[in-house]
Amino acid sequence: MFEIFASLKLALDLMANGNAEFVRVVALSLELSLAAAVLGSAIGLPLGAIVAIGRFPGRRSLIVALNALLGLPSVVVGLVVYLMLSRAGPLGSWGLLFTPGAIVIAQTVLVIPIVAALARQVVEDAWNEYAEQLRSLGVGTGRAVRTLLWDTRFSLLTVALAGFGRAASEVGAVMIVGGNIDGVTRVMTTAIALETSKGDLPLALALGIVLILVVLAVNAGAYAIREWSAIRHG
Amino acid sequence: MAERPAALLRARDLTVVLGGVTVLDRLSLEILPGLRTVVLGANGAGKSVTLRALHGLVPPASGTVEWQGGRAPRQAMVFQRPVMLRRSALANVAYGLAVNGVDGEARDRRARAAIAKVGLEAIAHRPARVLSGGEQQRLALARAWALEPAILFLDEPTASLDPGAAGEVERIVAAIAAEGKRIVMTTHNLGQARRLADEIVFIHQGRVAEQTPADRFFAEPQSQHARAFLKGELPWT
Repeated sequence: MFEIFASLKLALDLMANGNAEFVRVVALSLELSLAAAVLGSAIGLPLGAIVAIGRFPGRRSLIVALNALLGLPSVVVGLVVYLMLSRAGPLGSWGLLFTPGAIVIAQTVLVIPIVAALARQVVEDAWNEYAEQLRSLGVGTGRAVRTLLWDTRFSLLTVALAGFGRAASEVGAVMIVGGNIDGVTRVMTTAIALETSKGDLPLALALGIVLILVVLAVNAGAYAIREWSAIRHG
Repeated sequence: MAERPAALLRARDLTVVLGGVTVLDRLSLEILPGLRTVVLGANGAGKSVTLRALHGLVPPASGTVEWQGGRAPRQAMVFQRPVMLRRSALANVAYGLAVNGVDGEARDRRARAAIAKVGLEAIAHRPARVLSGGEQQRLALARAWALEPAILFLDEPTASLDPGAAGEVERIVAAIAAEGKRIVMTTHNLGQARRLADEIVFIHQGRVAEQTPADRFFAEPQSQHARAFLKGELPWT
């Protein structure tokens, strides 16, 4: 118990003093996770909406594939992205392996299924309410997708935040494709894993606390947005 | 037969099956121009499905819906529960116009005019989904009216409203009809049917039991089912 409190004290000192390495890791982590959340949402939200209201061949297979991707271990995603980006891989010429770009790609791949699955549920619920009215007005599938994405925008923002949370808390895939290189691809989760195994608990703990605070803030933000939109827009 | 106007809409032997249940059973119906038609019938008789089938929202298992001239005119439908998009009242009306190819200044002008005609100018910029039920239904009427439909279907538009709001909706429906738009409406409210209908279509078990001018229908219904319906319903109107 004593060690935990001692570590906690050191961790709080570290956070209060804004140690340069600590700040760099936190900043990189947030930056990459935000990029992955934006990219993953840009792909996942329309994908979810199309699956929700489109009627096309292969729709069921796509739903099964998306649901299966939800349960995919992230290390496997990391491995696949690693193979794609490695020198001998099909995307090897991009030279992205062990760069922040590789991390964003892996995180994006992990974010897409979550965002698409949650968006599909949100949009499908809205479609159940809207379908007759929109069809009565003569709205086609393309416009219906756009209309529903816009009309569920507040719920979808919380979906995107869930994607951000997924990206920020990811460790396995990020470790594989990023390499946890100090100052280049070391992010909060990989730093925690490393510092813990090295026995440097204060830094690991400090990063862990920041990670928890980030996730808390994201969820509080999502909740606030939902409440506000319900009052403002019904 | 020579002086009889051509039907705007003719349904022949419409059969609609939903979830294994035959809801419309070879229903045939002619909608002549220039009248206000109220569709009556007991719960589950198939009134709403009739409107949806005529409007093209429910595909018939068999039978046809033929429009005058072979092509469906611009049409609109107002539902029991109005579906409002998460945007302003005015933007909801503009949306319907945009979908139907009205753009720019004309869209804005027609949307504002429709909002004014239903008396919602003061709240045109409020988010539509926080309006009251009555205001939302008037907005739904404005959205339909702005499209200048040749025919307007209304499925129990006042069923969820208090009497005051229902009266407003009736006044607007009468105004739309006065512009020459064809009105086809269902209701459970016989008083409302008397006030609005030129003719009554009475549906029983998915078929048209009778189609009669309104005054005659309420004086002496032609079908046995309608007589029973009126007897059962009248004490509560």
